Amino acid sequence: MTHESVPGFVEERESYGETTVVVERERIVDAARYCRDELGYNMLADLTPADYLGWGGKGVAGYYGTGSGRDLNTPMPGSQGLQRLPEPKPARFSVSYHLLSVGAEPRRLRLQIWLEDGEPVPSVVSVWPTADWFEREAWDMMGIAVDGHPNMCRILLDDDWEGHPLRKDYPLGGEPVRFSDAE
Amino acid sequence: MTATEVQAGQARRGTIYEGSRIPSPIPTVLQVDPRLREEGDILEVNFGPNHPSTHGVLRLVVELNGERVVGIRAVVGYLHTGFEKNMEAKTYWKGITYAPRIDYVSFQNNELVFVLAIEKLLGIEVPPKAQWMRTLLCELNRLHSHLVWLGTGALELGAISMFWYCFRERDAILDLFELVAGFRMHTRYFQAGGLAEDVPVSFYEECRKFADAMPARVDEYEAMLDRQQIFLERTKGIGLLSAADAVALGQSGPVLRASGVDWDLRKAFPYLAYGEVDFDVPVYANGDVYDRYKVRMNEMRESVRIVQQCLDGMPDGPWIADDRKVVLPPRNELHTSMESLIHHFKLVTEGYRVPEGEVYVAVESPRGELGCYLVSDGGPRPWRVHFRAPSYVALEATATTMTDALVADLIAIVGSLDSVMGEVDR
Repeated sequence: MTHESVPGFVEERESYGETTVVVERERIVDAARYCRDELGYNMLADLTPADYLGWGGKGVAGYYGTGSGRDLNTPMPGSQGLQRLPEPKPARFSVSYHLLSVGAEPRRLRLQIWLEDGEPVPSVVSVWPTADWFEREAWDMMGIAVDGHPNMCRILLDDDWEGHPLRKDYPLGGEPVRFSDAE
Repeated sequence: MTATEVQAGQARRGTIYEGSRIPSPIPTVLQVDPRLREEGDILEVNFGPNHPSTHGVLRLVVELNGERVVGIRAVVGYLHTGFEKNMEAKTYWKGITYAPRIDYVSFQNNELVFVLAIEKLLGIEVPPKAQWMRTLLCELNRLHSHLVWLGTGALELGAISMFWYCFRERDAILDLFELVAGFRMHTRYFQAGGLAEDVPVSFYEECRKFADAMPARVDEYEAMLDRQQIFLERTKGIGLLSAADAVALGQSGPVLRASGVDWDLRKAFPYLAYGEVDFDVPVYANGDVYDRYKVRMNEMRESVRIVQQCLDGMPDGPWIADDRKVVLPPRNELHTSMESLIHHFKLVTEGYRVPEGEVYVAVESPRGELGCYLVSDGGPRPWRVHFRAPSYVALEATATTMTDALVADLIAIVGSLDSVMGEVDR
């Protein structure tokens, strides 16, 4: 089954037995409504962003202690390293909507959109009410700006928290460690 | 209920779709009608974040008109520990210890979903004995989780004795976990490729003793509660959630099945040995607190059935895949084989590499659909891990189930959603 009729269709991928349909960011609400009403995906099982800053590169996976950083994804000394560089991604962030058809014919579909930092994502709360907390979490943890959400505020962290911890450029170790003999 | 309250209630509903009880415009917040706020004497009460009935730190801001709840919102995040961020910095090998701590009541299922996601990316074949043993332990874990729910849930409604009985059985289950894995909770017994070590022979006998005794215990518990007028009056007909609302709110597991939706991931997408064992999915239609209780009671019976079938059908053979790039070599080989020593060293220090890709794997945890979204860049550490927590989604239904409820029912209703705050806040 192809999904070319989904509004804003960009491409369709099959991997690990899972179907991913990439759609245009601006048309995600149309695509979501189409999937719900025409294709029968009546439940939004999960909505989650991912940050691909420095994908395949160095020095971005967080650091312990120092500003210059310790790259956690660089291979250890003597290791072969990555066997090959991963495929480049179309933009920094992805947002994946894991759809589920609850009923006699169970099936799953991943809707995916790609965006750069600061680009707004239209809210799908009007299509699936359960997106409410997922979209708040996406903003809280990853800084995905959601447009048209009825109650956009942080959910897991304090209201006055600075930054979005799941971004790759968010420091992992908190405050840098300073040693007494270092000036 | 006064006429104003009825009008206010109607004004709040029906905009999501016809006949829906989900509040609007914010699906997870029940807002007080402005007219009611002017007329009535609205009292704002803060529940939590430390309240003994919530199994954790849930804060509820409740607005009351007399005894009736006219506004409610749930505030979460008090137990946020950054699991997802931490796991990005750990090898897959080490990350397995994090997963069970997310939902510390259904630890084995959490461990399973992360291991299944790794295995899906690795494309590794898991031997049948490991599959069956995983099924068995996950069902024991489901029993454990439902017993904790039943004990504390009944305690909240005043049935204190239930707590002691349920925790007696729970302890017996933890003893079984200790016997098989050396730990009572957070066993880290599932590895990518199979199990951490072979099953001790005495386990089968002890487990069978438990499985033979358990059905009578469940009957006892049900007899104690089902014939108790106070319990029935405090659970029947409250906390209503219709089938359509449950699906729209993404509910899963017992909450969804109590609303009349016949849906179980173990049947819909069979994993492990669930396709080969015989069990029924209990479904109740009323969508109230009592039906959620009945679903869980019957699930316990079905879990015991699955445990017994696993004991009968447990295949022989290896308990872990023979793949030296992923699985630790046998301990005795380290003394004689150079290659085994190298493999051991590489696996422990550097971890195994997982092919590039993204997967979403879901299992039926005691609370519903527990999903794991895993992105790998081909290295030994996950690029992104996300857990789809059923407790988190269940709490989204708080406002809908509490619509027009009495404040005295709040504990029963929120308790019936069975949220574990560690999993909500992750």
